[in-house]
Amino acid sequence: MKKLSYPFSPEAVRELKVGDMVLITGKLFTGRDAVHKYLHEGNKSPVNLKNQIIYHCGPVTMKDKKTGKWTVTAAGPTTSIREEPYQWEVIRDHGIVGVIGKGGMGQKTLDACKEYGCVYLHAVGGAAQVLAEKIKSVDGLYLEEFGLPEAIWELTVEDFPVVVTMDAHGNSLHMEVEAASKEILKTVI
Amino acid sequence: MAKKASAKSTAKKTTKKTTSKKSNSKKIDPKKQTVESLIELIRITSTIIPDDVAKVLMKARTQEEQNTTASYAMNIIKDNMDLAKFKSQPLCQDTGTVIFFVYHPPGFFQNQFKESIKKAVVEATKKGYLRQNSVNSLTGENAGTNLGEGHPSIHFYETNKKEVEVKLVLKGGGCENVSAQYSLPDTTLGAGRDLEGVRKVVIDAVYKAQGKGCGPGALGVCIGGDRADSAYAAKKQLLRKLDDKNSISELAKLENEIVETCNKLGIGPMGFGGKTTLISCKMTHANRVPASFFVSISYMCWAFRRQGIVMDSKKNTIKKWLY
Repeated sequence: MKKLSYPFSPEAVRELKVGDMVLITGKLFTGRDAVHKYLHEGNKSPVNLKNQIIYHCGPVTMKDKKTGKWTVTAAGPTTSIREEPYQWEVIRDHGIVGVIGKGGMGQKTLDACKEYGCVYLHAVGGAAQVLAEKIKSVDGLYLEEFGLPEAIWELTVEDFPVVVTMDAHGNSLHMEVEAASKEILKTVI
Repeated sequence: MAKKASAKSTAKKTTKKTTSKKSNSKKIDPKKQTVESLIELIRITSTIIPDDVAKVLMKARTQEEQNTTASYAMNIIKDNMDLAKFKSQPLCQDTGTVIFFVYHPPGFFQNQFKESIKKAVVEATKKGYLRQNSVNSLTGENAGTNLGEGHPSIHFYETNKKEVEVKLVLKGGGCENVSAQYSLPDTTLGAGRDLEGVRKVVIDAVYKAQGKGCGPGALGVCIGGDRADSAYAAKKQLLRKLDDKNSISELAKLENEIVETCNKLGIGPMGFGGKTTLISCKMTHANRVPASFFVSISYMCWAFRRQGIVMDSKKNTIKKWLY
């Protein structure tokens, strides 16, 4: 088990390799479909994402009526491939060093990971409770107008479990598994 | 045929989740109680994996090799099941399309029941059992209530039983996105208009899904029907218990064969590579017109959220859990 701790950097993520099981401690920013489209359209990010990790996640959030404080009660990853048209540009323009999601991403993102120093970290889809447990505080909410699941949530996490499935050296576990299963597929259909 | 099998196998067991506290106290207003019972149904569905599915998942967990990413994923899945149950919070933050199947006696007031369902959905959303998950497709607006055009999805069936049975499936978006419909013959796959052709396209759908549907997955399949009915019938197969047996022997055989073959693909939990790609395949059929031959595949993620209740015919309390 490897550790990745805040502050993050392109150098630190270049150390990671496909297949590494990693525990992340530090800051994460959620961002999914609406956020990626927004950033891709050239809009300014409401928060500086340089050397940060973006998490493809639309959490279930609850606001305490008395204190007005937010808590995240469920926070698993959403399918990342929908951000494939935008992700490479968001990595390039905003200096993101990590993308957490599920299902993996395509060649464009893999190329951007290599060029700019970024990794794709796979969280276990559907494991919303285990992952929400690792969130120690909710530190900010941006672009709330997109709806709560689509907004950017600034979170502090401790020992957040992920697997590196696309590294900064051009390797992708998703491509490997797909290629291997394709070979088997040919023999069974 | 599939429905019958599932109804029979659920008859034996009554215990498990307690009914909500309101049900055993004071005087009950049956209308309010209906809403309360439905909220409890939503809570249990969103937070606890049904026994039949949990059993298969736990078996799959032991079959993955230790210290692999696959076993790592299966361990997190187990921890998540325990934690969601303990905290009574959603297993997955995508609480999905909310689909109700209501089986009722003759003379039942469907519209009134629909209103109760809507109230329960709004309340369950406020309580955090459901995420604010319903978006207007034209405006992009999320009203935050889970109500809107077509939401929740409600299907009524008249039966000759005295009691009302309500089944609920929460179908997440990730696995819905990898669900598929094929039209036979499919020349690229060499799939003809027969069961062998059906087998090929179903396996192809699992291959194409890779890890994107949050596997290990479970399939509902319909052979035939028009495009709409076929997709719906495939989804309804998800109501069957995983350990039931198809009454049509050819389909029973094909179901097993597909699971076995897909588990040879090596896609594994989350697509990390591994032994369990599929935990079940349930199939049905519907007549078609001579010109069409559709095969519909509904892919369900490991967070297989499905539950059902029988309601007391007078008090509308939860009399029995179906899964």
